[in-house]
Amino acid sequence: MRRDTAVRLERVTKAFGGRRILDDVSFEIARGTAFCLLGRSGTGKSVTLKHIVGLIKPDRGSVYVEGEDITALESRELARIRRRMGFLFQNAALFDSISVGENVAFPLRRHTALPDGEIRKRALEKLDQVGLADDYKKMPAALSGGMRKRAGLARAMALDPPILLVDEPSAGLDPITTGEIDELLLTLKKRAGTTLVVVTHNIPSARRVGDELAVIEGGILIAKGTAADLDRSSEPTVHDFMQSSGAG
Amino acid sequence: MVELIGKQVAAILGWTGAVFVFGVRALREAVRPPFELRELTRQVFEVGWRSLPLIVAAGLAIGVVLSMHTRASLERFGAEALIPGGLALALVRETGPLVTGLLLAGRVGAGIGAELGAMRVTEQIDALEATAVDSFKYLVVTRILACMIALPILTTVMNFTGIIGGFLAETVITGMSFRLYFHRAFSLVEMTDYVPATLKTMVFGFIIGTVASYLGYTTEQGTEGVGRASTRSVVLASILIIVCNVVLVKMTFFVFPEAAG
Ligand SMILES: Nc1ncnc2c1ncn2[C@@H]1O[C@H](COP(=O)(O)OP(=O)(O)O)[C@@H](O)[C@H]1O
Ligand SMILES: [Mg+2]
Repeated sequence: MRRDTAVRLERVTKAFGGRRILDDVSFEIARGTAFCLLGRSGTGKSVTLKHIVGLIKPDRGSVYVEGEDITALESRELARIRRRMGFLFQNAALFDSISVGENVAFPLRRHTALPDGEIRKRALEKLDQVGLADDYKKMPAALSGGMRKRAGLARAMALDPPILLVDEPSAGLDPITTGEIDELLLTLKKRAGTTLVVVTHNIPSARRVGDELAVIEGGILIAKGTAADLDRSSEPTVHDFMQSSGAG
Repeated sequence: MVELIGKQVAAILGWTGAVFVFGVRALREAVRPPFELRELTRQVFEVGWRSLPLIVAAGLAIGVVLSMHTRASLERFGAEALIPGGLALALVRETGPLVTGLLLAGRVGAGIGAELGAMRVTEQIDALEATAVDSFKYLVVTRILACMIALPILTTVMNFTGIIGGFLAETVITGMSFRLYFHRAFSLVEMTDYVPATLKTMVFGFIIGTVASYLGYTTEQGTEGVGRASTRSVVLASILIIVCNVVLVKMTFFVFPEAAG
């Protein structure tokens, strides 16, 4: 494996209740690059992301994060790796018993020894980056779907993780906000060298953000390459996908 | 028919075994750092403090009712002087612990079952894990311990408010002074009546916390599953408390023979 590999899946296969969801999926993401995972609903994109943070273990195959096979790690070791990753869930998964700001502060409170004031300041900074600077004190239930998504993104960025995994960041967002989130992701990649793994339906977004794109269909990775590579693909599903403007 | 009952019994035993393993795992994890003290404190507050109004209200009512019953029985023997003591003994030894256990199974069991169930189906538990937090320790261990800490305290509160309820009922009829009533109430109660019966409620707390956490933490099938986790927590925790109570009372008499007198 190359030393500058951030994430690598090797022949990952996963079934739920006898139904195969991922079938022999392999890919590799270089440090500091953006990898976009495309595909229809229910094809296994979220399941793939959850493998990378170890929330789901493969039936067969291996998942490497920064060179370590996380499927073999015990929980304490896994926790160490997880602190180096930020994860935005498809449904945002905000903790609904604490405020939006405290959601973002939560990883900082858990994993840093920073004083309270500093934690609040940083949480507010992250909220500001996703356009929610005024919503620190609101409860998650009071936010719209798109706002929850952005708050979830702020929480995922809280510890400035070297690897950021985001599941449909722009679902439920207007085109302008989508553009802003894309810009934010690009900035993270450029300024902090963050490795991005982005699940999206939004092809223009994927073209803008992704260094490499992959299309997954029925649990199989059917295409992988730059946007230009995929545009030239003879595979009809890939072709259709790349031609769709694909919002939503 | 017999076969069907056999299957049911086997299922219940299997389930109880799974819950027991879950609870033992929690106790083992409880003694290993990190100790999630902040969350534990918050849960003790949730379980204990917030249940106080219910416990106080129930205690007063039970005290009044018990007092009326004891009066009816003891009057026949002209032993009215024993009313406070009899009431206190009944409360401290059995009524206080059991009623507190069952009330908490209702209030807290349903709450924990629903809360953890909702956190499971909305992926908040996964989000904790993804944030490198041990969700079992953070959510389950703290809730079970909180129940175990809160129950003996709430039981003691129930005992006291029950005695006050008894006093109120008594003073209305006989005008007995608070001082005399309390003196008589505690003349019969020994430490061996109070300590084992109250420690017993830690087991009730363990049952409530474990059953509710288990059902919530392992919820499946969306929001429907959350409601199920909540109601089942109450029913199953209550049944287990009643069954365990019988066993524990037997054991208490065995370990503290003087308590049987
Ligand atoms: N924990 C799970 N248990 C059982 N089935 C699951 C689980 N997670 C996902 N699935 C199933 O796997 C398939 C792929 O899901 P997912 O990865 O969420 O799709 P998407 O590509 O839309 O993100 C779906 O059919 C879903 O029902
Ligand atoms: Mg998905």
